[in-house]
Amino acid sequence: MTGTTGTTGKAVPPGAADGTGTATPATDAAGGTANPASGAAGGTATPALAVRGLTVRYRDVLALDGVDLVVEAGRLTGLVGTNGSGKSTLLKAVMGIVRPDAGSIAVLGHDGAQARRRALLGYVPQAEDVDWTFPLSVRDVVAQGRYGRLGPLRRLRAADREAVDSALERVGLTALADRQIGRLSGGQRKRAFVARCLAQEARVLLLDEPFAGVDVSSQAAITALLRDLVAGGVSALVSTHDLAGLPALADDAVLLHRRVLVRGAPEVVLQPENLALAFGGAR
Amino acid sequence: MTVLDWLAAPWGYEFMQRALLVTGVAAVVCALLSCWLVLIGWSLLGDAVAHAVLPGVVLAYLVGLPFAVGALVFGVGAVALIGLVRETSGLREDTSIGVVFTTLFALGIVLVSTTPSQVDLGHILFGNVLGVADVDIAQVVGLGVLTFAVLVLKRRDLTLYAFDRTHAHAVGISPRVLGGLLLGLLAVTVVVGLQAVGVVLVVAMLIIPGATAYLLTERMSRMLVIAPVLAGACAVVGLYASYYLDASSAGMVVVAQGIVFTAAYAFAPRTGLLRRSSRTSRDGERGAGAAPGRELVAPRLAP
Repeated sequence: MTGTTGTTGKAVPPGAADGTGTATPATDAAGGTANPASGAAGGTATPALAVRGLTVRYRDVLALDGVDLVVEAGRLTGLVGTNGSGKSTLLKAVMGIVRPDAGSIAVLGHDGAQARRRALLGYVPQAEDVDWTFPLSVRDVVAQGRYGRLGPLRRLRAADREAVDSALERVGLTALADRQIGRLSGGQRKRAFVARCLAQEARVLLLDEPFAGVDVSSQAAITALLRDLVAGGVSALVSTHDLAGLPALADDAVLLHRRVLVRGAPEVVLQPENLALAFGGAR
Repeated sequence: MTVLDWLAAPWGYEFMQRALLVTGVAAVVCALLSCWLVLIGWSLLGDAVAHAVLPGVVLAYLVGLPFAVGALVFGVGAVALIGLVRETSGLREDTSIGVVFTTLFALGIVLVSTTPSQVDLGHILFGNVLGVADVDIAQVVGLGVLTFAVLVLKRRDLTLYAFDRTHAHAVGISPRVLGGLLLGLLAVTVVVGLQAVGVVLVVAMLIIPGATAYLLTERMSRMLVIAPVLAGACAVVGLYASYYLDASSAGMVVVAQGIVFTAAYAFAPRTGLLRRSSRTSRDGERGAGAAPGRELVAPRLAP
């Protein structure tokens, strides 16, 4: 169950593996220089998330093949790719619920177990991974964000209740806090789970297809919320199908198809010749 | 005979007092656990564990151990075996469960048929609440109270496990430990229920109260009150019915639970048949918030 399968020296050399790096900054180091926040001098800033040589196999199917990926601290990386390109698998491997066959994962410099102990990672699951009929209110779900900080009985203290209330307010769900979670719209549901990450005080957010089944205005609201959080110092990795919305959402983008095909600024990744690598080739 | 006499009469008998104690404890503990089983989708697993403990009970009797020990070993063993079969054979979970528990149950029947008469298959299958020994009562009540306490104290973790294991994992709460805890409690609960209503009907007590409570509320915290209260009431009503109609007590308790479920199904505010027939007229009022894509409150955006 560990997110780090040892630091096997067999991490695929970044960039070298994807000969398709075209004009994009192919190596992580180069990607870092494009990031004003991380300080080009020496690159001492610890990345929010550093994935090296991540390989995941489901029985005979190779889901991820030596993926290298860095989410710089205080930035939002968009993860794009076709269905079955391994986006969800990548997020689940980072969360430690899919066991990698090789590679390493570091969250703010910590290995997976340490990151979980510190509750650094917040996860917003795909809509279909949630039981929306479950008898919990929005507030109940957000309160679960505090659980890692509580005693064995998970009894909320006054400070925890305040954290839950302010998380609800931040995402604009205060008025709906006592609704059963299934009685929210698609966009509200996503915001409820983001609020749980906020209550958790997670430093790195992983969102799996937050815009699936969400209308345009809700998508804009979620994008604005995420930008707001990132401006506040949180880092995020967001998988999405929505290529048009990518520039407004992400600081950096990664095009995934079992391995990283292209990485760089959203506009660069969205160039037709780059998209063709993932979308053109796939039937 | 006044109503009070009528109500008091059964409890003048010691065997009825014992029956009330054992059935009440079993019903309440099973009901509490059933809330999580129903939500996780483990109803069939409860069925499986209830049947799979049979050989354990018989073997414990043969060796002279408390039969809770045998039941626990086989209950937990069955769950492990089900997991092993599913993961290594590629068969679906329901198939794996079906193969394992029926085989173990059959093994139990074989063991019963070959052991000297003392173990009565009928008592194990259908319970023998009117003839429980003092030792068994102590065992049932002790395990029941213990299980109840653990379930209540760990209720938030168990609900988190049922709802979102990934999040539990993310905040450093081991889903594996919680799953193991829940399965262990299931095995113990089966032992408790077995005394009261037997292997077959304990399955009902592990499913019906949680299912009924789910129909009546949208809050886990209320389910965890409604299910045990209803089950306790059904235990009392079932025992009255058993006393005055001279019918199987275990059967009556479960029939009472079934009737309450039926009533909930028909009249529940949210899902009931009555509600369903009048839903169209109400759609306008409640559809506003539930309609996908309608955002009632915009997120507050800091400058």
